[in-house]
Amino acid sequence: MDEQSKDADLYSVIDADNVAWLHFNKRDSSTNVLSAEILETFYAELLRLVELSPRGLVLLSDKANGFIAGADVHEFARLENHDQALAAIQRGQEVFDRLAALPFPSVALIHGFCLGGGLEMALACRYRIARDDASTRLGLPEVRLGIHPGFGGSARLVPLVGAPHAMDLMLSGRSIDGRAAKRRGIVDYVLPERHLKDAARQLILDPPFPHRATHLQRLSNHAWIRPALAGLFRRQVAKKARPEHYPAPYALIDLWREHGDDPRAMMHAEAASVADLIVSPTAQNLIRAFQLQETLKSLGRDSRFRPRHVHVVGAGIMGGDIAAWCALRGLRVTLADQSPERIAPAVKRAAALFKAKLKRPQAVQAAMDRLMPDHRGLGVAYADVVIEAIFEDAGAKRELYRHLEPRMQEHAVLATNTSSLPLQELREVLQRPDRLVGLHFFNPVAKMQLVEIVRDENTDETCVKRAIGFTRLIDRLPLPVRSTPGFLINRILMPYLLEAVELETEGVPTSEIDRQALAFGMPMGPIELADTVGLDICLHVAEILATHLDSTVPQRLRDLVARGRLGRKSGHGFYRYNKGKMVKQKIPRSYQSDAAIMDRMLLRMLNEAVACLREGVVTDTDRLDAGMIYGTGFAPFRGGPCHYIRSVGADILYQKLQALEQSHGARFRPDAGWDEMAGFTPADEETEH
Amino acid sequence: MAESINPLATGQPVYLVDGRRTPFLRARGVPGPFHAADLALQAARALLYQQPFAADAFDQVILGCVMPGADEANIARVVALRLGCGEQTPAWTVQRNCASGLQALDSAAQEIASGRSELVLAGGVEAMSHAPLLFSEAMARWLGKFNQARGSAARVKSLLAFRPALLQPVIALLRGLTDPVVGLNMGQTAEVLAHRFGIAREHMDSFALRSHQRLAAAHDGGRLDEIEPVYDDKGGYYTADDGLRRDTTMEKLARLKPVFDKPFGKVTAGNSAQITDGAAWLILASESAVERHGLKVLARVCDSQWAGVDPRQMGLGPVHAMAPLMARNRLDSGDIDFWEINEAFAAQVQACLCAWADADYCRQELGLAQAFAPIDEQRLNVDGGGISLGHPVGASGARIVLHLANTLKRSGARRGLASLCIGGGQGGAMLIEGVS
Repeated sequence: MDEQSKDADLYSVIDADNVAWLHFNKRDSSTNVLSAEILETFYAELLRLVELSPRGLVLLSDKANGFIAGADVHEFARLENHDQALAAIQRGQEVFDRLAALPFPSVALIHGFCLGGGLEMALACRYRIARDDASTRLGLPEVRLGIHPGFGGSARLVPLVGAPHAMDLMLSGRSIDGRAAKRRGIVDYVLPERHLKDAARQLILDPPFPHRATHLQRLSNHAWIRPALAGLFRRQVAKKARPEHYPAPYALIDLWREHGDDPRAMMHAEAASVADLIVSPTAQNLIRAFQLQETLKSLGRDSRFRPRHVHVVGAGIMGGDIAAWCALRGLRVTLADQSPERIAPAVKRAAALFKAKLKRPQAVQAAMDRLMPDHRGLGVAYADVVIEAIFEDAGAKRELYRHLEPRMQEHAVLATNTSSLPLQELREVLQRPDRLVGLHFFNPVAKMQLVEIVRDENTDETCVKRAIGFTRLIDRLPLPVRSTPGFLINRILMPYLLEAVELETEGVPTSEIDRQALAFGMPMGPIELADTVGLDICLHVAEILATHLDSTVPQRLRDLVARGRLGRKSGHGFYRYNKGKMVKQKIPRSYQSDAAIMDRMLLRMLNEAVACLREGVVTDTDRLDAGMIYGTGFAPFRGGPCHYIRSVGADILYQKLQALEQSHGARFRPDAGWDEMAGFTPADEETEH
Repeated sequence: MAESINPLATGQPVYLVDGRRTPFLRARGVPGPFHAADLALQAARALLYQQPFAADAFDQVILGCVMPGADEANIARVVALRLGCGEQTPAWTVQRNCASGLQALDSAAQEIASGRSELVLAGGVEAMSHAPLLFSEAMARWLGKFNQARGSAARVKSLLAFRPALLQPVIALLRGLTDPVVGLNMGQTAEVLAHRFGIAREHMDSFALRSHQRLAAAHDGGRLDEIEPVYDDKGGYYTADDGLRRDTTMEKLARLKPVFDKPFGKVTAGNSAQITDGAAWLILASESAVERHGLKVLARVCDSQWAGVDPRQMGLGPVHAMAPLMARNRLDSGDIDFWEINEAFAAQVQACLCAWADADYCRQELGLAQAFAPIDEQRLNVDGGGISLGHPVGASGARIVLHLANTLKRSGARRGLASLCIGGGQGGAMLIEGVS
């Protein structure tokens, strides 16, 4: 028996059968990641074990949440140049090569997260076993950070399961569970917890022939086939990401087409390509976005609030989807509205969500059982969190609170999903006015991770903390903002949408407006977005903002709403819709594209972002950037509005605003906050040079 | 007749605290939108949200069901776990055919009266539209032989033995509604009673019409607030008993052809209970549970009785169950404020009414000195019954007791008697008392 200190990041135990069990257990962390330091420790441990010549090696994790969640993303952010990156990647490849070349069989025993470098390590083992449960997730999500697998992942996965399965996993970045991994041949067994260790021991004591790809899978990797398949992959990726914004998946396809049947060459090329990508602004901005997400996630970490029951009032799109999401995340939910008729469509959407997300029938049934349609409002008395999501009418909301509050538990959080009404207008009817907080979800709830936590100086601190804790519990990103009109996200988004409407009024083709936004990297063009949100809702929010912020609402918007052109839902807004599908409009050939279009929309957005910072709607630029990325999908590879201001240069943008103010009027007047932005040089100093 | 004992009178008092049911949904020839467990779950889930105690406070969960689905073995346990009653709460399913729901209530009441339980969730459920189509035994034998055949010659030989007729399914619902001992289906037992008591077709149809009219009035008068709407996962929702035919008339009923004894019988689809899906639940509590949780009491369970009769005349079961219960409690018909006699068939309920007041029948068949006073039909099934809202066999017993308790409470009345006839030749009855 050989046992090392369990205080180390990893340790090995050699059992009576002379099988070595190498446990990963990163110090001071709940998650295993592969830092450079841990990789070196692992390498040294492999060398030591080789000397001991055990019958085999089992890699496993002592962490409850999983095997290894990947490489250390924070180290990525610190890489300074290509050479440094290349050296780090090649070292990682050496370590995994050593693992792959062990003179005895090796098994990766996988539970929970097995992502990125974690899966690449498992792929370097001779066998893999995955635990059979919903929390076990295998994947290579590198493309989401603007890179692709670099520790031999592509070189090992493609020969193991063939190009279609391997490339699908690497290009999409999605993760799969153990059963799906078994079907694809990525793991040798998918087993319940009770059989994991016996199975690993048996694989080592009586090692079978390792898994091989089928003939068809091997054929997919043939030099004659690869060019055609590569074209297919490119077309699939192009549906989701543009090469100029997200080069990594395209780089991976090229590598594979070039070197797919030569693992050694593939390894070299893989390292060089990742080293190129990782120091690019795209990857660094995506890594930053990931880190910002981690920061928001950490907000509720010390919360001891453990809500078990949520009562949602209002079974419209937002209320219904919030209720469904909470039930999906394991909470008991009652969904109230005036009649069963209003609740039934929400139950239908919930069932569809559960089937898509949970798949296994028992899990779907359990989620449906947790979600009770409650037209009598019985759930209020049981709820730890009550969320109001009725229509945007302050009077109706106040009337509702008057009825809700006396039936609520003392500790329960009362939250409103209002998108625009300030708290002070709503809470006066409450016995305890300080208990009202805003929980502003974004549509569609299941996709948009951000939730604005809306408060002001009168809001009870405990309620805010509970709201944040609740938001994390349902795996959304809490963004604390001050209760000012439009809060943060809608307020910044609205000038951008309104400028798009102005442009449309001036005669710029809608398709051209949207095209430029997509080319910038927005997930949807502003005109299509306005149509999707609903022009009546846009108008409503715009009017609320206009009264509070001294801005104007384009007449065009009022006209369209007055004529019943409300957007996608009415079949006609700026665009026409045929059965919910947009009828594309061609840009006239005579039309000359003009870069000023995107500038105008973007600058109004950035100007508003600066105003929000100055007014303290949000505490800092990082949170603002995170909010815009996860609340609106603002081009993540650009790192968010504030980061964009920094990278372009605050004074350059300031001057553009000044010029636009001259030509287009006061709506472009630079906010007073610009001189607080990093990198801003006051214009008068500049003239002295 | 021997004086029978009544543990419900001598043991701990048993209270009905609250209850809820789904709308009863008519089977439309295809499996309905809900499995039995889904119906039971949705009604009970809402019922629990009305209570001041947590779902795991129950000592027992008891559910009556005649034909649970293939995935619903011990359906009571399935539903209890899905409700969140907790792993530690035992649950069991009872089956006494058409009175399974009443059996669940009686079992719960006996648990409490004996002091073994304090708080019990009991009810009944049936998804008759989901009754399976089965392979015949001949088909099962052929399949077994085919699977055992070794070698291609044996395989081909067994394959040649296949006949398309083997695929003829056995309709489990029809088998379930046919007495396996005497070979009559339930409708035919009603024909037997119609013949014996000389009940005219027109008489049956007017009873059926009245059932629909009463259900409609109850619906419009807000006397069905015991119904919890149910939701399917396709956006459908169901708030009311959909077997109700507001537009039915004597003429329409008269046009229907007999379905069980063709062509000369009198029992039609119109004067029989409908094939229906539904669930009903009640919470039963001891005195101390009522105090501990501060519960409002709906009614007290005073007595219950089960009886056996000739399977060919199973429809008379209620008479045989109610008679000893009435005698034991020294009651006559006038002492009962409201009656629920489950409407399996119009002819069957009418036969009960005849027998109840018939001196010869009471003397000869029940061993009584004299007949009971006639049952006042204005106090019988006042808000409709199985003919109008359907008879999901496992659920009806619980439904009629629930509705009877609500009726007593609504009208401030004292005594109610609920009874059902039971396929196979039995009757069950339960006496409850309003609590002021």
